[in-house]
Amino acid sequence: MIESITSLLQGFTVALTPFNLMLMAIGIILGVLIGVLPGLGGANGVAILLPLTFTMPPTSAIILLSCIYWGALFGGAITSILFNIPGEPWSVATTFDGYPLAQQGKAGQALTSAFTSSFIGAFVAVVMITFLAPFVAKLALKFGPKENFSVYLLTFCAFVGMSKGAPWKTIVAMMLGFALASVGLDNVTGSLRLTFGQEALLKGFNFLIAVIGLFGIGEILLTIEEGLVFKGAKAKLNMQVVLETWKELPKYWKTSLRSSAVGCFMGIVPGGATPASFMAYGVAKRMSPDGNDFGKGKVEGVVAPETAAHAAGTSALLPMLTLGVPGSPTAAVLLGGLLIWGLQPGPLLFVEQKDFVWGLIASMYLGNIVGLIIVLTCVPLFAAILRIPFAIIAPVILVICAIGAYTVNNSMFDVYMMLVFGVLGYLFKKLDYPLAPLVLALVLGDRTEEAFRQALLGTGGDLSVFFSNGLVGTITTLALTLLFWPLVSKLLAMVRSKWK
Amino acid sequence: MKTQTMKRITQALMAAGIALAIPFAQAWEPTKTVEFIVPAGTGGGADQMARLIDGIIKKNNLMKQPMVVINKGGGAGAEGFLDVKGTKDPHKIIITLSNLFTTPMAQGTPFNWKDLTPVKMLALDQFVLWVHADNPAKTAKDYIEQVKKTPADARKKMGGTGSKQEDQIITVALEKQTGTKFTYVPYKGGGEVATQLVGKHVDSTVNNPIEAVAQWRAGNLKPLCVFDDMRMPYKAKVTDTMSWNDIPTCKEAGVDTDYVMLRGIFTTPGATPDQVKYYVDLLDKVRATPEWKEFMERGAFNQTALVGKEYVDWIAKNEQLHMNLMKEAGFLKTN
Repeated sequence: MIESITSLLQGFTVALTPFNLMLMAIGIILGVLIGVLPGLGGANGVAILLPLTFTMPPTSAIILLSCIYWGALFGGAITSILFNIPGEPWSVATTFDGYPLAQQGKAGQALTSAFTSSFIGAFVAVVMITFLAPFVAKLALKFGPKENFSVYLLTFCAFVGMSKGAPWKTIVAMMLGFALASVGLDNVTGSLRLTFGQEALLKGFNFLIAVIGLFGIGEILLTIEEGLVFKGAKAKLNMQVVLETWKELPKYWKTSLRSSAVGCFMGIVPGGATPASFMAYGVAKRMSPDGNDFGKGKVEGVVAPETAAHAAGTSALLPMLTLGVPGSPTAAVLLGGLLIWGLQPGPLLFVEQKDFVWGLIASMYLGNIVGLIIVLTCVPLFAAILRIPFAIIAPVILVICAIGAYTVNNSMFDVYMMLVFGVLGYLFKKLDYPLAPLVLALVLGDRTEEAFRQALLGTGGDLSVFFSNGLVGTITTLALTLLFWPLVSKLLAMVRSKWK
Repeated sequence: MKTQTMKRITQALMAAGIALAIPFAQAWEPTKTVEFIVPAGTGGGADQMARLIDGIIKKNNLMKQPMVVINKGGGAGAEGFLDVKGTKDPHKIIITLSNLFTTPMAQGTPFNWKDLTPVKMLALDQFVLWVHADNPAKTAKDYIEQVKKTPADARKKMGGTGSKQEDQIITVALEKQTGTKFTYVPYKGGGEVATQLVGKHVDSTVNNPIEAVAQWRAGNLKPLCVFDDMRMPYKAKVTDTMSWNDIPTCKEAGVDTDYVMLRGIFTTPGATPDQVKYYVDLLDKVRATPEWKEFMERGAFNQTALVGKEYVDWIAKNEQLHMNLMKEAGFLKTN
């Protein structure tokens, strides 16, 4: 404990040079820009800038790159709230309540609570990394295929009862997501599925393209139909709104804590930021006294996913540093950077490269503080975007979406796919089908299937493997409880009324 | 008179022609961004090597035009190979894994190394048999004995990257050689495989050195033998007691199996010798840098680097080898 604190102070002296502070500010601003553009994710941004950092000392380089990562985490929320278009996959859940808030003219509140929650989530995760790194690394090692599957199952089960529409519509959307996720190479047998001999389908459906199409293009089609009316233009444009929102936020401390815990957990196990945000939203909806109002513009519904996404995004760096296994695509690119700077990620990094590791951890604290200040001062600016007439902003969004879809794989086919998904998204919205289950199934579908089959390979198909030890048994039981909770609570109520 | 004029004109034209031809005779150089395709996801061995090369080129200004690394790993790499096959523009190079051979054989995707233009072999990647440090086996033979003793319903698990690719091919070859049977569990990436072994979710792996070295140094994993016909040459101590060179070959250890993986560069079909020469020279400059040498040692690569006919012959020989291995393992696509 004491040792951690002295090491951290040492780290601050490494990170707190004017040059490094300047890199932090540059990194955050670039990151926010990257986060705002759908498709151009943190991973692309880091990959593009990586070569520029080879001439810097490793600590400065990773400060710059990790700040791009924080910036992207912050920036993803902006377009979700303003336009119902998630800039990053983990801000899909932020649209559920963030966009209704913006439509009610409360864009400022929504943005402020999103940014503040992101900061809190990241802060909790960094504190955990500072003091519990060795313990957390050990926990991460306990996760094999069966444990991973139970975590994915938990994510899906936490989702049950989350959308308001008919349950069968949720199931249809989810099944379509699973079907799309299974296109391409099946990693367990090494053969192709559902490609119909089309070379373009070899790589399967990227969920980024689906998200850009379903939400971005779908939303624009919908707004065009409604006659280009743009709601929410009356949002307040001063810093007052930040302070007012801050007064309200402490009310949701329970949600913040729960979401931070969900986020940290999902970041360490290979769940990642996107499932974490969905899970936190589902849990908050269930636990909150006004859970039924979720989806109509509750600040709490913005707090939960943003806290969890940032906590997960931050704690995902820990498995990368201690195990050399990246917890996210961006972490994978950073991992490449470490190797080029001559650093070897793994259990010994904390022993052999103290300056680097603690400099990085210190920069996580500082980078997030710098980031929060930068994005909060820009809240009025972001909210002002809503005053631009839609006839001007819609083509801009369309072009940005197309560029975003193209950059994912440098392929024109993806841009066409995006348009197809856009029409699908429009139909879903018109027919009142929920989009979120489709996205979740597309994100997690193939990983869930893979973990399930890997686990069963070892036991010859025996399902009891998911209860074979304390850890996996607990998570599976928790998942099944969540799944059947609506039924169980109904039964209990029936029994109780009869008994009376 | 007339003929003389004609002669003079012809002479003048010829001189002009030579003058014009001189710039063309000079070496080819890229005139726009060069795409460096990685037929695999981010973070793997091929990706790391490609990004290192890109980094070295940028750091030392080895190329006037920019380079960009693009991952096209869909369909076990088919996406990347088909992309290079489908263009004549020589501003595109690709780094290979064994999926150059295995993907078309296992899935029938329409490409072959002959569709591309070979540039240069960069190195050969080694494979090592790893077990957890707690495993009592001291040699590969001990471990194989353990495998032989396990009952059929609780077979030892071999973790590896992908399915019907190099890791599973080695596993099958090892099974054939020793008359044993593993349960092969495929994962998406080599780093994940190493971690799964540390967490004891599998019993052994055939990770490349660079994928497992960090866990070896931390005392979590133990190397038993290297799947090559000679030991790795690196004698600097990696752990307190062992260097790469101290790991016996699998042949020495009594489980005679060998396999190396090509890390080679190809470019688009129909590239001219000038264009190939440009890339060969560029890569030679890369190989001369200290960063590259350090990377080779850290990953314990076999530094064989062939060009021209020797390279082509090596590829042809290895294609046949893979054909046999895949056929024996029953991995060929049958329609």
